[in-house]
Amino acid sequence: MLHRTPTPEEAMAQTTARDTEAGKAVPHDSALKHVTGRAPYTDDLPEPEGLLHLAPCWARDCAHGRILDVDTSAAQAMPGVITVLTAASIPGENDCAPAMGDDPILADGIIHFHGQVVAVVVAVSRDAARRAALQVSVEVEPLPAILTVDDALAADDTVLPDYAFQRGEPEAAVTEAPCQLSTRLHIGGQDHFYLEGQVAMAVPWEDGDLHVFSSTQHPSEVQHTVAKVLDRLEASVSVEVRRMGGAFGGKESQANQWAALAALAAHVTGRPCKMRLDRDDDMIMTGKRHDFRVDMRAGFDDTGRILATTMDFASRCGYSADLSLGINDRALFHADNAYYYPQALLRSRRMRTNTVSNTAFRGFGGPQGMLAAERLMDAIAITVGRDPLDVRLDNLYGPDRETTPYGMVVEEHAVLRDIMESLAQDCQYRTRRERIAAFNADNAFLKKGLALTPVKFGISFTLTHLNQAGALVHLYKDGSVHLNHGGTEMGQGLYQKIAQIAADEMGVSLASVHVTAARTDKVPNTSATAASSSTDLNGMAVVNACKEIRERLTAFAARQYDVAPAGVHMHADWVYVDGDKVMSVADLARAAYTARISLSAAGYYATPEINWDRETAQGRPFFYFAHGAACSEVTIDTLTGEHRVDQVDVLHDVGRSINPALDIGQIEGGFVQGMGWLTTEELCWDDRGRLRTHAPSTYKIPTASDVPKAFSVRLYASNGNPKPTVFRSKAVGEPPLMLPISVYCAINDAVSSLRPGLIPRLDAPATPEAVLIAVQEIRRGNGV
Amino acid sequence: MRKCIRFIKSGHVVELNDVAPTETLLDYLRLRARETGTKEGCAEGDCGACTVALGRLIDGELIYEPVNSCILLLAQIDGCELVTIEDLSRDGGLHPVQKAFLDHHASQCGFCTPGFIMSLFTLYHRDTPGLTSDDVTTWLAGNLCRCTGYRPIVDAALETCRSAANDAFRARAEKTEALLRDLADSDDILMETDGDRFIALPSTLDSLCALSATHTDATLVSGATDVGLWITKQLRDLPKIIALNRVQELQDIHVTSAGFDVGASVSFQKLHEVLGKHEPDIAEVLRRLGSIQVRTSGTMGGNIANGSPIGDSPPLLIALGAQISLRLGNETRRMPLEAFFLDYGKQDRRPGEVITQIHIPRLDASHAFRAFKLSKRFDQDISTVLAAFRFTLVQDRIVEARLAYGGMAGVPKRAAHAETALMGCVLSAPDSWNAAVEALDNDFTPLSDMRGSAEYRREAAKGLLFKALLEVSGRSSQETRICGHRYQEAGHAA
Repeated sequence: MLHRTPTPEEAMAQTTARDTEAGKAVPHDSALKHVTGRAPYTDDLPEPEGLLHLAPCWARDCAHGRILDVDTSAAQAMPGVITVLTAASIPGENDCAPAMGDDPILADGIIHFHGQVVAVVVAVSRDAARRAALQVSVEVEPLPAILTVDDALAADDTVLPDYAFQRGEPEAAVTEAPCQLSTRLHIGGQDHFYLEGQVAMAVPWEDGDLHVFSSTQHPSEVQHTVAKVLDRLEASVSVEVRRMGGAFGGKESQANQWAALAALAAHVTGRPCKMRLDRDDDMIMTGKRHDFRVDMRAGFDDTGRILATTMDFASRCGYSADLSLGINDRALFHADNAYYYPQALLRSRRMRTNTVSNTAFRGFGGPQGMLAAERLMDAIAITVGRDPLDVRLDNLYGPDRETTPYGMVVEEHAVLRDIMESLAQDCQYRTRRERIAAFNADNAFLKKGLALTPVKFGISFTLTHLNQAGALVHLYKDGSVHLNHGGTEMGQGLYQKIAQIAADEMGVSLASVHVTAARTDKVPNTSATAASSSTDLNGMAVVNACKEIRERLTAFAARQYDVAPAGVHMHADWVYVDGDKVMSVADLARAAYTARISLSAAGYYATPEINWDRETAQGRPFFYFAHGAACSEVTIDTLTGEHRVDQVDVLHDVGRSINPALDIGQIEGGFVQGMGWLTTEELCWDDRGRLRTHAPSTYKIPTASDVPKAFSVRLYASNGNPKPTVFRSKAVGEPPLMLPISVYCAINDAVSSLRPGLIPRLDAPATPEAVLIAVQEIRRGNGV
Repeated sequence: MRKCIRFIKSGHVVELNDVAPTETLLDYLRLRARETGTKEGCAEGDCGACTVALGRLIDGELIYEPVNSCILLLAQIDGCELVTIEDLSRDGGLHPVQKAFLDHHASQCGFCTPGFIMSLFTLYHRDTPGLTSDDVTTWLAGNLCRCTGYRPIVDAALETCRSAANDAFRARAEKTEALLRDLADSDDILMETDGDRFIALPSTLDSLCALSATHTDATLVSGATDVGLWITKQLRDLPKIIALNRVQELQDIHVTSAGFDVGASVSFQKLHEVLGKHEPDIAEVLRRLGSIQVRTSGTMGGNIANGSPIGDSPPLLIALGAQISLRLGNETRRMPLEAFFLDYGKQDRRPGEVITQIHIPRLDASHAFRAFKLSKRFDQDISTVLAAFRFTLVQDRIVEARLAYGGMAGVPKRAAHAETALMGCVLSAPDSWNAAVEALDNDFTPLSDMRGSAEYRREAAKGLLFKALLEVSGRSSQETRICGHRYQEAGHAA
């Protein structure tokens, strides 16, 4: 039985060993700096002379209202205060939205949610700014506030038009099916809780230019936003980010506002300005994972095989669109998870509420769609009285059942089936199922549950044009490589993976490759580091840049040695001609320089094959799918609703791993983060629209002791991604987040054991309270 | 009278005479010393990114403890050695814990990493050969990581912290101890700024009570795990602060045949070591109270004085029948703990009065004690419900019950109706318990908040009493609990 994650070295042995840097389990590129405290984050950068600090002001008890007056006089009079900025201070557009133009950086006329920034204090210290911010008074005429999805549905208020995928006539088919069920699921949101909060520092340059250091996943969008807000050319704004202290989607669009405000203050005062949010402000003022209400109906045969389903998704988008279009689309893309729905109607409503605008979070709507699918599998299994794993296996995509409701063929369905069956065997699912049944028969108060769930996650931005990337590579005369690309480092190890790729492509050692901060003036017009795609996209752009330089060099060397270019190889800092080591890459670089051959190149990559027509809801939105499966065993306490995760086994497909250590890190970390979403992490708003869980004292992400004692993560023995991705690897950022749906399903299984045949009324997150309610309801004979 | 604070940093004595009353240790490090390796993650002592180690002489021996620098006041580190992440590799080489982090791929974004390493630096210095993964996760409950999923961090800890410490700090321990002894004096400390503003660290109970009686508007600070948040979150102006850290009389525990007389400034960590041995459920509740950083700083006196409606220590103490002593000037009084809590946020403490001692009677052979902490997350969470029960038994008949709950009312409170209903109940007749369990509905009208609904609190409170009775009547806690099994938790490093 598996109880231990293999070491990265053991994991590496599973992947194809080659004499390359790619494939090695080298540490994160900043690991040494992390452990010594010498890795500077934005707030750690040396502070420029005369730096000013910003603090936000908002109406403390208003979820929706008309601003009658903003009185800044008391704040202006406070010690150390330089100025207080309001919407009237903005020279350009008052907007930091990623697309729809509906996110003011400072409220203008209307307050749309509790915590919306109305003004910012600029002062000589952060402390002075924060104290003065409390003195700004905002007079408001209250307006009716819509706070929940249910409220918004009743009011029929949306931020974006409804959208749907449809195949066949599922509503009729459900009704005609031999077995039917309908169920509703509420799925809670999630705060990112990146350890480093939102922060930006704007430094004025000559000609009114600005250089902005921002903790952002999307430097190009910060650049665009700052230019727009200040009514300046994008060419006069540069944005830089070396690293973030975590992001998880929370700094994809939501970093814009703080950078724009810092830039505005720098523009107004002519001095460098920094804005770093306090944790509570950060949690109150920035968007989260969308919470959803899902209403499902399904028709199936008496073995549990689905014939038709309708799923209605309604999400809380908050007051504006932000990235809700793509997020809610992705919920639909993953409402099938790994299962073939012969007929399906998958509908999405994007509800407007007077709460903070919800945003990207690892998985980007996929987790909610997938949770609904797995909830449906459990409900069907309970209804037909079969083991949920059997129902899952019977509903998987397969031969002659391989087309998704949106018309994409699932090419690797055999891989996912193999992953599930291998995992079930390795973790002894069947015998444990029997052991658990015996435990439950013997125990009156504690009950165990088991679940094995798959993940099939589509890789590519579903907004097709975002699937492009650029890189800038220089080879210097000493043989060292300086490299920039469009991706940002938030902990995922992107920089190291790309350095490994660059070393191989350029034929130098890893030590010769130097990656520096993402900057908009080095690589322009980048996409956000998001959608799990940053290695796929930026890695290939780097490959293309390196290839260009290497081809120039090998052609040059071939001429020198009078051989065909194919006879020249560069590897690990050395040049080989017909297999003989002839000189160092440095020597070749110097010689090529002297011969006036360029040693620099910009690389570019656009994902091939993908096409998506949103109008017809048909096409191939994803280049490929990433796969995995997890089996979780839990114990619940039926007197209190507490649960403990006893054992987790994961088998995950990363194709050929570029770096098994980093990949295992993504899988384990994603699992624990997803487990938090479904168990302890509960966002609570009160009836005045105020977030009550705005700090780690009240919002509980997993701690070390929540990690299952027996926790095994293995990489699937893959032959490599069938698609021509970099190193034949697969994306790994988001897919593992959905593996812990198995934890939720195992809790549901434990509750279900109290009254087989009834579907527990269990919403997510499965907090002790939610579990106790489900237990008490089912004991009273109340299922769904 | 001393007008400065002194501490040791990287082998040297640092003396500061310009310390504002509310200046935090973290702000000193990041803004004044410009040592930015220590991070601010939450500014409320809940994430551990700001963890640093404080070295103190305890019984003559140098002991390192982890603290949250974000909510500790700078003046409170007087007389300590301060160790930050920068100090671990100042000589160029990596500390064993740092090396293990590299080997185990234990950092991703790296922002929490310095805090983890400082927590583990203190564990490393505990020399714990039998260290288990449970010990490690308990030690790390106050350090949040959002990236790794913790497994590699725990592996790094297990690899390094099982062997005897062998680092530069151990090598120069004698020198450090000598420096600390040199720093130790019995002076009162007073640092005044801008006229009326001051932070004082009196060194005796007499000088504390005199000062406190004179400045009845001053804020008393012990561990600062609560008052720290008044500063960082509420931006409260606290012009006068009296810190209790240097008052030795408040740090002592006197163990007698009758019970435990605990100084009000005894840390939860020390209390855990002493009281935890007396009864396993007390050990488990104290193990889950805050984090090691909070237990190192936080004190029972502070927990009581600030009147949290939840606890976690007041319900335990009330069930045990504890009393407290208070002193105003030279006048001392004593009262049952439950009488101290008048109403939500209102305690029976007169201006200038100081809680000096908590008197905890021993459990005897006629007692059965159970306590449960219920929270959304097992470790480092504030209880939704904290329940503590002391049953007095004659054979299998309950002749007295003290049932104390936190989280069920505006104050920690006994369940009088249920206590009465339990009188005479027989353990072998579970049907006889029902009236008591149901009587809890008459005892409490709990509130709904982000930790749980009123309905959940009511149901859970009943479930916990029922569970306690099941156990007292003979059920193994293996059958009734998913964590904190009795008599299984020995050997915790915490």
